[in-house]
Amino acid sequence: MNTITAASTAHFEYLLRIADTSLILGQRLSEWCGHGPVIEEDIALTNVALDLIGQARLLLSHAGRLEGKGRDEDQLAFLRTEAQYLNLTIAELPNADFARTILRNFLVAAWQRELWQGLANSADAELAAIAAKSLKETRYHLQHAADWTVRLGDGTEESHARMQRALDTLWPYTAEFFSASADDPAIVSAVIGPAWSTLEPAWDAAVRPVLEVATLTVPARTPFLSHGKTGRHTEYMGHLLTEMQYLQRTYPGGTW
Amino acid sequence: MLTSAQAWDILGRVPDPEIPVISVTELAIVRDVQVAADGVDVVVTPTYSGCPATEVIERSIREALSAAGAGEVRVTTQLAPAWTTDWIGPEAQEKLRAYGIAPPGPSRAGDVQPLQFMPRVACPRCGSAETERLSQFGATACKALYRCRSCREPFEFFKPL
Repeated sequence: MNTITAASTAHFEYLLRIADTSLILGQRLSEWCGHGPVIEEDIALTNVALDLIGQARLLLSHAGRLEGKGRDEDQLAFLRTEAQYLNLTIAELPNADFARTILRNFLVAAWQRELWQGLANSADAELAAIAAKSLKETRYHLQHAADWTVRLGDGTEESHARMQRALDTLWPYTAEFFSASADDPAIVSAVIGPAWSTLEPAWDAAVRPVLEVATLTVPARTPFLSHGKTGRHTEYMGHLLTEMQYLQRTYPGGTW
Repeated sequence: MLTSAQAWDILGRVPDPEIPVISVTELAIVRDVQVAADGVDVVVTPTYSGCPATEVIERSIREALSAAGAGEVRVTTQLAPAWTTDWIGPEAQEKLRAYGIAPPGPSRAGDVQPLQFMPRVACPRCGSAETERLSQFGATACKALYRCRSCREPFEFFKPL
């Protein structure tokens, strides 16, 4: 019995790491609504936000059913405490400027593309279906962000400087995309999904050529490692959750 | 009690809320219809995960079938196989074009789109291939914004998915 419970918890948390990354990045991108530098980008960033939140809804609904405690997508999205969110730290960082927002979308979308592909043959049929669907959306997110990465990186002196600054800030956080989780062996042996460390070579091969065309210098890897996916978050997370959870906490079960 | 053909026919007249020129069956959102003694079971699939029209579509399906006396209407969602624009038939693609939306054409399923790749899209108004993309995302997730350099008109492109 213990083995089954442990495996289920690992499965649940594996889903949360993916779902929460989509959810929190979607929440961040939605902050651009009405603030985009041009109307087309305002629309693009909010469209990407909608896709990400849609992916999170599917994943959280599935995780809730798997958990079997009667929690639905809303309860999981809005009523957990900070340490119970398992998103990659990079997702919760402030948007800062358009350069950092675009570069983050690029780095994350390239990672999601590898992850969705790695989940295509998951023994969890629902997860495989969500991944197959999300992959198609992520390709458009990646294309959008990659186009802008090149355009801004290989752009004006100002846009290049901002993109390089964004890369220097964000790059250390990408180590978390591939760091090991304690339950990797359980996840891999149950064929739920890949250990994320295996995604790094393909991600590297996708990301570096674009950064090169964008004339950006990739920083060296440092010992810095962020820990959002274990529930240890930055000081930005509490503020984000306060805003995101306000409605459900003030009007529990509210619908419209 | 409705026949299966009648149920499909009713759904064939339910317009997509965002692109009312085609129906929910032409858009291939409706995957299956089963008529039972006590009602109708409809299986739908979402276009994009975040498509805000999904819930409106479900409601429209319920209303249309209920109004035709279908009894209880049960709508379930199916994710696999993932929705693709390849399911939009030639007739519906032509309706899109006549409405001013460049149709998606084949999706080259399974093909990973190269970065910085811009598909050549013919202007739905004048047919010119001299067009350029303004934005990867339009008023809805399923469309991109384009502009025709020949007739100078902006238009939307239904992205292959």
